Amino acid sequence: MVQFSLPKNSKLRTGKTWPKPEGAKNVRKFQIYRWSPDDGENPRVDTYFVDMDDCGPMVLDALLYIKNKVDATLTFRRSCREGICGSCAMNIDGINTLACIYGLDEIKGDVRVYPLPHMPVVKDLIPDLTHFYAQHASIMPWLETKTNTPAKEWRQSIEDRKKLDGLYECVMCASCSTSCPSYWWNSDKYLGPAALLHAYRWIIDSRDEATGQRLDELEDPFKLYRCHTIMNCAKTCPKGLNPAKAIAEIKKMMVDRVV
Amino acid sequence: MAEPKRVERPLSPFMIGPYYRPQMTSISSILTRITGNGLVVAAVLSVWWLLAAATGDEYFAFADAVIRSWFGKLVFLGSLWAVWYHFLAGLRHLYYDAGRGLDIPTAEKLGWACVIGSVVLTVITLLIV
Repeated sequence: MVQFSLPKNSKLRTGKTWPKPEGAKNVRKFQIYRWSPDDGENPRVDTYFVDMDDCGPMVLDALLYIKNKVDATLTFRRSCREGICGSCAMNIDGINTLACIYGLDEIKGDVRVYPLPHMPVVKDLIPDLTHFYAQHASIMPWLETKTNTPAKEWRQSIEDRKKLDGLYECVMCASCSTSCPSYWWNSDKYLGPAALLHAYRWIIDSRDEATGQRLDELEDPFKLYRCHTIMNCAKTCPKGLNPAKAIAEIKKMMVDRVV
Repeated sequence: MAEPKRVERPLSPFMIGPYYRPQMTSISSILTRITGNGLVVAAVLSVWWLLAAATGDEYFAFADAVIRSWFGKLVFLGSLWAVWYHFLAGLRHLYYDAGRGLDIPTAEKLGWACVIGSVVLTVITLLIV
């Protein structure tokens, strides 16, 4: 359902302003979304100051600085710090991206950090991705075959393998789906750009033998066709992938098989 | 074991503008929706004007005055732009549906083409009509 404002329990209030680091000359201001399930209060935006002479170049470095030196209760997911695990996806400076590979020098002025948009919040910068993962599971993200398993391996030509480029690199960070206004408002039924990109990755895999069944599953006014080619997904993908293009290719295959 | 406490989770902020950066991709799409819905209002107004003409002299004079007032003219000027924008955005969608123009630089150029093109076409229409 289309919403233009936050529900009552989600409205933001001004939070705490944390002290500036002592003796620092090169200080930058951060505004960070905070919410804890423990106190029963509305979310708030806290203000922090980071000594840039004592901090690495990425947004994740600044978040770790805050957690280690200012406020140990600040909660966020992170793991690989090199853009391959997809854990630290969040809304930074008004776009969704990975904190570990987004440079602080790419941001003008204060740094605003929020959880991925239009998601239930577990705590601070951590969104609940249960539904997102369930949608991914629903597109059967594995090789479906009917013929007998070959003695060695499922072989694929170099040309067929090339078709998976630009698709297999997805790290499931959920930046694209949560940047999509259609996903914000229809995520109960619409699969969203990430799950659909994965659906296409298996549909065009030359080794997969369930193409028809996969397309049947997607032939639905909501699952696939709530994509209105807005393209916020491709604009925001931190890996430079293009879910909108993958979705358009699925739509073309839907037409091709009936004409 | 203690029962886990059920918490009502807040929804993270999403609104375009304060929380999500406005960009050509989303703005051009939303404008398509707004112009499409706005045109319904213009269509209703036009039908009301015709109905008034069929109702009688006095009522038509009233409806005609409303439509020819500065406010009525503003509404129809907006509708003229909306027709052109909606038309160009529709063409862009046809192009997308053919699987073309789906990279970000091209999509953004096409978005600008819809915005600028609709203004230019509105001015041309005003000059001709």
